[in-house]
Amino acid sequence: MANMAQAIRMALHYAEENLGVTDIFGEDVGMPLGGVFTCTQGLKTTWNSPLDERGIIGAAMGIAMGGGRPVAEIQFCDYVYNTIDLLKLAGNTCWSTNGDWNMPMVVRTPVGSGIRGSIYHSHSFDATMTHIPGWKVVMPSTPLDAYGLLITACKEQNPVMFLEPKALLRVKGEERIPGEPDDDRQLSKMIDAPLGDRTQWKAQWPALQEYAVPFGKGKLVREGNQVTVVSYGRTLPLCAKAAATLADEGISTEVIDLRSLWPYDWEMIKASVQKTGRVLFVNEDTEVTNFGEHLMRRTVEELFYSLLAAPKLLAGKFIPGIGLADSLEMASVPQQNDITDAIRKLAAEQP
Amino acid sequence: MSRPRLIKEASAPLQLEKELLLRIHDLMVKTRALEERLIQMYKQGHGYFWIGGPGEEAFNVPLGMLMKVGQGPDYDYLHAHYRQSGTILAFGEEPIGALRQMKNTATDPYSGGRNFAGHFSLKKYNVAPVSSPIEVQYAVAPGTAMVQKRHGGDGITIVTGGDAGTAEGDFASCLVWSTRPANPLPILIIVTNNKWGISTAGDDQHGEKHIADRAKAFGIPAKTINGNDPIESYNELKTAMEYVRKERKPYFIEAMVSRLYGHSSASGANLVGNEVDCLKQFEERLEQEGHMTRQQMDELRNRYTEDMAAAARQVRDEPQPSPDSIWKHIYAEDK
Ligand SMILES: Cc1ncc(C[n+]2csc(CCOP(=O)(O)OP(=O)(O)O)c2C)c(N)n1
Repeated sequence: MANMAQAIRMALHYAEENLGVTDIFGEDVGMPLGGVFTCTQGLKTTWNSPLDERGIIGAAMGIAMGGGRPVAEIQFCDYVYNTIDLLKLAGNTCWSTNGDWNMPMVVRTPVGSGIRGSIYHSHSFDATMTHIPGWKVVMPSTPLDAYGLLITACKEQNPVMFLEPKALLRVKGEERIPGEPDDDRQLSKMIDAPLGDRTQWKAQWPALQEYAVPFGKGKLVREGNQVTVVSYGRTLPLCAKAAATLADEGISTEVIDLRSLWPYDWEMIKASVQKTGRVLFVNEDTEVTNFGEHLMRRTVEELFYSLLAAPKLLAGKFIPGIGLADSLEMASVPQQNDITDAIRKLAAEQP
Repeated sequence: MSRPRLIKEASAPLQLEKELLLRIHDLMVKTRALEERLIQMYKQGHGYFWIGGPGEEAFNVPLGMLMKVGQGPDYDYLHAHYRQSGTILAFGEEPIGALRQMKNTATDPYSGGRNFAGHFSLKKYNVAPVSSPIEVQYAVAPGTAMVQKRHGGDGITIVTGGDAGTAEGDFASCLVWSTRPANPLPILIIVTNNKWGISTAGDDQHGEKHIADRAKAFGIPAKTINGNDPIESYNELKTAMEYVRKERKPYFIEAMVSRLYGHSSASGANLVGNEVDCLKQFEERLEQEGHMTRQQMDELRNRYTEDMAAAARQVRDEPQPSPDSIWKHIYAEDK
């Protein structure tokens, strides 16, 4: 099965062939590298931009205004911060012009910990991004969802922030992308650029089919009736694993992959919390003014009388960065054990 | 030399055809009357904030006249500054739209009562929305120019902004992105230099002699021109636009202009005595050379002043946007 980087590449290939994507660009996005995480190798509309994040977001906006369909990449989300006013501008353009202009653009950026990236290659961006109205914000946790969400993103008339959990980019999926060959090695031969001289290399794309994951629809990853866990990105598979472990202890956990942060699937969360009465939100952005806090606030306001325990948030520590040493990174963002413990505790809590 | 030379730098004979001179003049007067009406509306409490371009008509009007106006990459894109009513009127916009924006009525054609005066947006004419953060348009403009370069034809992208704002990184971005050897862009980069940030003098801030010199470092043909002279502006803009249209490469103009009413209502919006008034200067020349009489010019001014007053009265009675309209147009599918 394809990994997430390959899935993103295939979605972009599909989008430039079928959905009118005109420019896939950013720092080192074009040949010879095809992106520092290889997500853009072998695509036909890629090009390398200057090392200028403001220029990248600005150009994407201009291309979108000119009738093109750009997919811009910011090499690490840690570097998107110096474009924050442009993100605000892209998000408010439709509104501020009373619907005159719209911005069909996609920005992709890798987020989160998991590659020992130290202080400037480990940050999360979900809290900041969901604070900017006018954007749609998504974060897949599987290759198939990455493929499907990116295809939907490339059809949007609005700006979309596509957050790529970098810890999961090399993880193979459990579901096949429609059109991908059965044999992983064969897929790799077809679409992974060889090491060394790549000047003559061309990708051989499989006959991919359209598969669009709608925005605003979560995925019920596991059914359960005692505790609800809502997560996305890197922490989602950890939550699923925790739920499986706890099932052996007799704790029944429902796991929701939010996938789409804005708009998000409140109906799915609501139905689940009404069933279980207990909810844990998990992500790895810093915990103060965290997107999970918004979900908690809504849970308290709307579902208070369904709750059997106080809703919980398990998130990254509120510290200025993630230190390089393994021990520092592990202590800074939720790990497998933290999640298992948190669910176990919540399941045991009595009113 | 029998005629008295009133203005030194403007003493050469007017080189354009009479008809063109009169059109430029007409639009300059119309723009001035509009801006003065906007200021009056603000002062009478019919608007919260005024910012605009009285003093920049001699540059902005020719710019609008020379633009290829329409929608899509075959036409020119304008990534404008907030002082460009003259440009908008020059390609045929009705001034009442600006008054509606000042009064933030539901009928405001540029933002539906959401944005400040001078913040135009006209997709049908490729006018990108003017936005309050200074200089961001310089980061966006290369994008439309890229689309135009690929599209072919002779449409170009025009970006304008103030001198103080060139300290922002977006200005450097524009120079870098417009001149990548992989893809030089058809873009006319303009800085209107009125020598001021809000109250901060340019002399305090700019180490470079001319802002245009920064473009030269990128190999962009660059000129500093007298933007208070509509003839010089017209001719220089024409040359510049022809170059960009044909060569599909950037060109840079720094236009020295006046700021007749200060920065904005934030600094009082009162007439500043020591700035050159481009309209007055132009009218003296038109009169000297026998193109118009003082009486004709006064009549024109009065007519536009009355038109604007009538339009302002009309706008006063128009409805404010409804409170629940805040939820409209957050996303494009709401259209
Ligand atoms: C990014 C940003 N910082 C600060 C401001 C506040 N501000 C508005 S106008 C202005 C001065 C702009 O001067 P200049 O670029 O020379 O243009 P001018 O108004 O003189 O035409 C400032 C500082 C702003 N609008 N945007």
